[in-house]
Amino acid sequence: MADKILYTRPRSIRDVKTHYCPGCGHGIVHKLIGECLDEMNCREKTLLVAPVGCGVLAYNYFDVDAIEAPHGRAPAVATGMKRARKDKLVISYQGDGDLLAIGTAETIHAANRGENITVIFINNAIYGMTGGQMAPTTMEGQVTKTTPYGRDVTDVGYPIRACELLNTLMAPYYIERVSVHDVPNILKAKKAIRRALQNQLDGKGYSFIEVLSMCPTNWGVDAQTGADWVRDVMMPYYPLGVFRDKGTEEASRVQ
Amino acid sequence: MGKRVLLKGNEAAAEAALIAGCTHYFAYPITPQNEISAYMAKRMPKLNRTFLQAESEIAACNMVYGAAATGVRAMTSSSSPGIALKQEAFSYIAGAEVPAVVINMMRGGPGLGNIAGSQGDYNMCVRGGSNGDFHNLVYAPSTVQELADLTLKAFDVAEKYRILALILGDGYLAQMSEPCVLPEPSGERHEKPWALTGAEGRDAQVIKSLRLADGVLEVHNRHLEEKYKAVEAAEVMFENFMCDDADFILVAYGTASRVCKAAVMRLREKGVKAGVFRPITLWPYPYEALSAAAAGKKKVLTVEMSLGQMLLDVQLAVRGEVPVDFLGRPGGGVPMVDEVEERVLSYGR
Ligand SMILES: Cc1ncc(C[n+]2csc(CCOP(=O)(O)OP(=O)(O)O)c2C)c(N)n1
Ligand code: SF4
Ligand SMILES: [Mg+2]
Repeated sequence: MADKILYTRPRSIRDVKTHYCPGCGHGIVHKLIGECLDEMNCREKTLLVAPVGCGVLAYNYFDVDAIEAPHGRAPAVATGMKRARKDKLVISYQGDGDLLAIGTAETIHAANRGENITVIFINNAIYGMTGGQMAPTTMEGQVTKTTPYGRDVTDVGYPIRACELLNTLMAPYYIERVSVHDVPNILKAKKAIRRALQNQLDGKGYSFIEVLSMCPTNWGVDAQTGADWVRDVMMPYYPLGVFRDKGTEEASRVQ
Repeated sequence: MGKRVLLKGNEAAAEAALIAGCTHYFAYPITPQNEISAYMAKRMPKLNRTFLQAESEIAACNMVYGAAATGVRAMTSSSSPGIALKQEAFSYIAGAEVPAVVINMMRGGPGLGNIAGSQGDYNMCVRGGSNGDFHNLVYAPSTVQELADLTLKAFDVAEKYRILALILGDGYLAQMSEPCVLPEPSGERHEKPWALTGAEGRDAQVIKSLRLADGVLEVHNRHLEEKYKAVEAAEVMFENFMCDDADFILVAYGTASRVCKAAVMRLREKGVKAGVFRPITLWPYPYEALSAAAAGKKKVLTVEMSLGQMLLDVQLAVRGEVPVDFLGRPGGGVPMVDEVEERVLSYGR
């Protein structure tokens, strides 16, 4: 009798080593997106926009057509692609520096146009790729390379809440914040991603999934401490939940 | 033959892009090129094509990058300060080898400058302006007719070489109305096996400019170099206007060349033999043709609507064999026919 396969690498993900650090959230989210593309039979119609940030090499890991956007411009590049290929599934994958600092204008305006794309936002409260500088989402008091005495909100402002910000706009169809710090939340994150991709296939418009994610390397902690920090420090400030769901009209406000 | 119509430069460029099969146009408003956007906004939806007003020039040019990467013909247009912002995408487009067409109707600078026509962006547009080792192909039309013809051609050439083709006009050309015969579609199309259309029935492919592994970028840069050499060998364009028997050669492009031609006609009436050498491509620059045209002449006079930017290329072409003089008007000023004529007369016979 053949063994039952319980777990396998998704077809949409290449069989290669990644450069992600142990305990990093990027790899987990890649896997979730890959599984969704497999389940939805969408690998062959996907156009992935990779950001500048630790996710820049996403195109080495996803076995889909992909483009590399300049830092912060992924939503504009995705807009161009989607407007040119309406039948494709366009995913803009971005970090917090990319999406909320240098690319704030592109983020807000793609959302405001209700572009029929799916944005996956990896919020790890830091600039991972460049070695741990302050991000727009860096927590109050958090020590980074450029906030060595902790983020002073009276000087550099408060961390920006992307979902809440985008939820002020009329056009977005779906906005949800999830986390990948433990297994139950990883499963929820996958559901959210699947939903956001399905919305695009159904022509519903802009869907935004914010994923609270670990960067143990630049937080200077081990993997488990990183996961705990998401739960204990990030989650109270960045509450999980569905902020907008035009589909069910029951956008259950954050608890 | 196409229809003969009276069109503003901006409108002629827009219509030519449509004739060329431009299906996606993205832009952010800026004077003196707004009629291009207005024209596209009106016409493109009727043709079932895409017009989108972007949130910035940065976004507009990145939209062109994204759309063109999927294989469609895409364009953006702007004027000087907006082109400065598009430079980011120019560099990525060059590195990733995506064909794109951009129009720059230059205005006075630096900074916000003014909205009059100018030629102050030569350095930014011809010599680079963004990071890395790359070239854009730069066309410099001098009439509305040529603007239309070159805009059409730009789409074909951009596709042929997977390069960014830039139309470098100015505010005067943009705003001036002239009769123009609309160009016929060339029908030229190039296969785009590299286009991102989904990995269906083939391996997944990537469009990118990052090449981290040891030596890989250098190999890519060499590949670009080969491509640029092919462009230099095949795409140089210039006009030789009465240079052959001339004693004095005026070198000018775009609007400034029109002034020079008028001056040459007057000078010739006075028995002074002058001619105009007009580069039509600014990159690749017609170094050899200019060198040949200038050989044995008494003087070369470069005339620009700037403080002297193309001047360096003229000097490179002439290599000190003939004295090179300069007459320029920056900030929206246009050299007058009288000024040019007087300068040449001052050289004596
Ligand atoms: C125009 C530009 N500015 C700066 C950089 C350097 N840079 C590379 S990645 C990055 C920040 C990435 O942080 P984030 O978006 O949070 O992604 P993460 O690495 O944390 O996933 C910066 C500033 C760049 N590549 N381009
Ligand atoms: S630096 Fe941080 S975000 Fe980048 S791979 Fe390592 S853990 Fe992940
Ligand atoms: Mg980050």
